[in-house]
Formats: sequence, C-alpha cells, structure tokens
Amino acid sequence: MTETLFEKIWNSHIVVEKENEPSLIYIDRHLVHEVTSPQAFDGLRVNHRKVRRPELTVATIDHNVPTTDRSLPMIDETSSTQIKTLEKNCKDFGIKLFGINDPNQGIVHVIGPQLGITLPGSTIVCGDSHTSTQGAFGAFAFGIGTSEVEHTLATQTLWLEKPKTFEILATGKRKNPFAVTSKDIILSIIKKIGTNGGTGHVLEYRGDAISDLSMEQRMTICNMSIEAGSRAGLIAPDEKTFDYINNREYTPKNYDDLVEDWKNNLMSDSNSKFDKRFTIDVEKIEPQVSWGTNPAMVSDVTDKIPTPEEFGQNNEIQIESAKKALAYMDLEPETLITEIPIDRVFIGSCTNARLEDLIDAATIVKGKVINSNVSAMVVPGSQMVKHEAEKLGLDKIFKDANFEWRESGCSMCLGMNPDILKPGERCASTSNRNFEGRQGSGGQTHLVSPVMAAAAAIAGHFVDVRDWS
Amino acid sequence: MKPFSKINSIVTPFDKANVDTDQIIPKQFLKLITKSGFGKFLFYDWRFDHNGQPKGDFILNDPTYKDSKILITNENFGCGSSREHAVWALKDFGFSVIISPSFADIFYSNCFKNGVLPIILDIKNIKKLLEIRDEVELDLNSQKIIFGNEFINFEIDSHRKIRLLEGLDDIDLTLKEDQKIENFEKNSSIASIFE
Repeated sequence: MTETLFEKIWNSHIVVEKENEPSLIYIDRHLVHEVTSPQAFDGLRVNHRKVRRPELTVATIDHNVPTTDRSLPMIDETSSTQIKTLEKNCKDFGIKLFGINDPNQGIVHVIGPQLGITLPGSTIVCGDSHTSTQGAFGAFAFGIGTSEVEHTLATQTLWLEKPKTFEILATGKRKNPFAVTSKDIILSIIKKIGTNGGTGHVLEYRGDAISDLSMEQRMTICNMSIEAGSRAGLIAPDEKTFDYINNREYTPKNYDDLVEDWKNNLMSDSNSKFDKRFTIDVEKIEPQVSWGTNPAMVSDVTDKIPTPEEFGQNNEIQIESAKKALAYMDLEPETLITEIPIDRVFIGSCTNARLEDLIDAATIVKGKVINSNVSAMVVPGSQMVKHEAEKLGLDKIFKDANFEWRESGCSMCLGMNPDILKPGERCASTSNRNFEGRQGSGGQTHLVSPVMAAAAAIAGHFVDVRDWS
Repeated sequence: MKPFSKINSIVTPFDKANVDTDQIIPKQFLKLITKSGFGKFLFYDWRFDHNGQPKGDFILNDPTYKDSKILITNENFGCGSSREHAVWALKDFGFSVIISPSFADIFYSNCFKNGVLPIILDIKNIKKLLEIRDEVELDLNSQKIIFGNEFINFEIDSHRKIRLLEGLDDIDLTLKEDQKIENFEKNSSIASIFE
C-alpha cells in the first residue's frame, strides 16, 4: 500500500490507536513561548504534575518583547509579568529558555530550524498557529491551544484525529525569481483555495517549483498553510534540507545516520493517494498585494482592487465579506494596486524575517532613501539573523535609507509589544495576517513579500518590483 | 471540568463569516496569566468604540441576548491564531455552544478542552436557527436542538461527546496509557535536544 509523507510520519508516531477514535500521537519537539503557556504551567502545578520530557522542550520569549533597546526597563507591566512568569516556569520545571538577552532568542519558528532543533520526520508542536513553518523540513509541525500545551508538557503526547491529505503541486519556473517570491506563490495558492480550503487537511507542497526554492523560501510557504485553514503543511526533505540542518548548535550527533534514514523514508510513495489535489503554474504568478481583511483577498500588483461582486462570484457570504473588508480598509473597488499610498512598512515576522529576506530587501533599498511620508522598520526574526545581517552590513544599508533597525521578535506582526499601527495607518507588511486590527486597532495591513515592501517604502506606494531599477 | 448538561437558551444570531480569533479576543488582552476574566474583552473592537463605549448596533450589546448561551455564526469561525483565549472569552461571556457551518481546526479542538460545544450544521439549518427568537433546548445526549414542535439533529464524534458529558480530564485519561507511552519511548530513536 502506498503512503504519503504525512502518513509515514503519522504512522511512526502512534502510541495508541483505536477504531473511529482519535489516536494518541507522540510529540518529538515542543516549543514554548510566553503568551500561550502560563495557564498550562499553572494547570501542572494545581494537579501536582511535572513535565514528562523537559529535554524535548525549549522555550523562548518572542511575542511581547520590545524591539528597542532591551537594556531599558520594560514599560508594559503586563508583558513584563508574562515574561517573568515564563522565566519562573522554565526554572521550576527544568526547561531550557532562550531568554531576552540570549544570543539564540528569536521568533520561535525561526530559532527552531536555525538551531537544528527542527528535524525531518519529527512531530513538532507549539502553542502558536505558525508552527506550520517547520513543516518545510518534512516534519509534521502544527499549532496547538494552551490545553494541548499542558497535555504535551504532562504526557509528551496528544490525542489527534487523523487529518486528511491535500497535495499542492507547484509546476513551472518563476519568470523573475528575485521579484516573484515564495510569498507570492503561497498568497496565490490561498487566493485560489480560500481561507478554509485546507481545513481538516495537511498540505504537502510538491513539484519542481517547490524543489527550486531555498529552505528559507520553503519556510515562508509552509508558514502560511494555516492561512488556508491547514494546521500543517509540509515539504519532503532533500539535499537542501540536510545541508541546512548540518552543523547547527543542536544538530543531533548521529546526523549522518539520520540523513541516511531520512533519505530512505521521508517522501510520499509514487502514486500516493491524496484526499484533495490542487495544481498551480508558478510561471503565471505575479507579485501579490492583499487588499482586504483575510489572506485570500489578494490581487496581482498590476491589477485593480476587485468589486465585491467580482471577488464573491455569486457567493453572498463572500460578497458581503468583501464589502466589509473594503469599508474597513478604506479602499474603493477598481483602484489600481499601484495607486495605494502607504504610511508604514514592516519587514519582519516568522513569515519573512530570515536572512535571505533581509538580503533581498536590502538589494532594493541600497543607495536609496524611503519616501518622506513613510516610516519603516526591519525586525530580524532572531538575534542570530540580526547578527548575521550585521556582518553583511545590511543594517547600514537599511539605516542609511532611514529604516529603523530593531531587535528580534514578533513585533508588529501582531502588535503585542509597543510596535503597533495607529488607527487609519496603512502598512505594507511582510507578515501573514491582514485581519482587522491585527497590527493595531484601526490599522490597515497589506501583505506583501520583502522586496515588494522595500520598494513600497521607497516609492510611498505599491510598485511592481519587476520594474525596479 | 464540569459535565455538560442540557441547555435552554435563546440563540444569538451573529451572521458573519471568517470570524478570526484576533476579533474574538484582540491581542492586547492576551497578557493575563489566568484563564478567567476574558469575557469583558470579547469582540472588543467590534463591541466598543474608541472611547470604550458600547456600540449600539453590535448584537452582543443588545440586551435581548444578555443571557444567551448559544451563538450561531457563519462559515470558518475561529480562524487564524491558535489562542485558546478566544474560547475562554466566549465561555466567560456566557456561551457554551457555538453553531456554524464550519470551524477552523485549532479553535474547534480548543472548544472541547473547555466544555464548549461547537456544532456543525448545514446552511439550511443555520438559516432556520438564525430566524428563531424563542428559547431552544439543546440536548447533547440525544444530539438534538429542539424548538416548538420541531428539532434539528446534529453530529458529533462519540469520543468527544462522552468526554463533554462526563466532564473528563484529558490528561488523567492519557496517563492511564502511561505504559504504552513508555514502551513507545523505549523504541523511539528521537534524540533529546540537549545531548
């Protein structure tokens, strides 16, 4: 019988299986952050339970941290309490914490891979929906709620209903691989399959257009699986994957043996049966810009904002959603995307704040200055990314162009720290969600790639980065 | 967890699609370290204006629905962030049942962990319930929503149903499988992170 990659990982992690009931699945890696964990540790304390496998668990602080000078005291007391609570919980329960001043601090989904903690074929959870990012390594990686965080801490397992499988086949070659990025590929996919197209399914991205991508680009794709409703998205590991993992700080000592094992086992068998399939030709993909309040409300940069009727195509619910979205975004249908002016630019988040993202954005910015109506910031995904970028002189390129160069964290992707939009401010953002108020109450978010964001910062409005010189 | 019992309540009609958890509980309220007290922040940006005053046209500010325990909504409810705070806020506000044509996966799972019952119904039945102004009876045991002389059946996974009805603690149940977890670990090749 043939099996998909997901089914192989699932089958090798079953602890208990009963007919027509959820299965008990073993969890290999548990990542923890300050926002979704305090109540879980509290539950352990109340019931006198301990963490079953602290050595399979790591924690960091990313959602709340200020991205400005961290030697200063934190102004926000509630954030400070949440951070101190995680520090205490990690100490009490024996969990390794990459704290605020640790060189390994960063967004949880950025540091997992860069430290060699994220491994092919493993099961990985975190109380954060963008855990799907780590599926780029051929892992079954998915976000969980706080009750499941507590359950994982206590038992190193989770009861799960087996998800269905969904093949996303990406064919062809991008016409301009610098300007048309993996962000544009995933936004194009979500535009087509919708924000709940993947609900109940694990996505497996396949095809030459996926193999062509670097590991960091693949992470951007898997990161946004959840925006299509899928708890997890994955990509079969290959030489690029194995090279990426080699010689990281926490790469397992038996790496060579593991690679042999991964090579032999971690791929969908030929003629595997998927429950659902979708094919996209990347040759036709243009740079994408979102205009609405969910990640399926996206247009080509050369296009206009659609009318609600064009967008909804006879679906009353979708037409109504588009009307509300345009009212919130303060945009008129039929406006050219390139005529939308912006106030803020955010280059950051677990979607697009790794080294390659910053290198590409800096290529656009080099020798130029941002538009006088725009304020812009770069928030590296981790302290390690920041350090490597500084070694390449990227910080200087951004600062010379009047970008702010910040410390790492989730920052304005969700605005839990002081980095937020003011009501009515319009932002070109490399993050993953354009929901109402996501980046700040009343703020208006347009999702784009790092190169599109960088070009918009300089022009003061969206531009087709394929024409950039 | 308290066992889930029969509910008699009017239904709050909240006819919106793709309601994400950022709307259900905006991020500025995720900083509490307890599970209680989130109800007052439920749908904060939709319920209150910039001065913190209740918006008259928002359904949850309508006194008619003050004691409602059942929220009926449209497709893909609870999408986006995994924050369980969204369920804590709905529950703390008074809702024990959410009815929708579809839910996002993580939200759906989070509901059951907190004694909240998410019910999936087809659009035809959703539309019917959106029109009902009188109290309905919701009986999880018989899987029926009863109103007047009519009723609607709903489906639910039997395993989850029992856990809700008996108010069972997931971790207690899992720890009964401890021997199997240990056996799995003996045969597993996964390395610890810190060798």
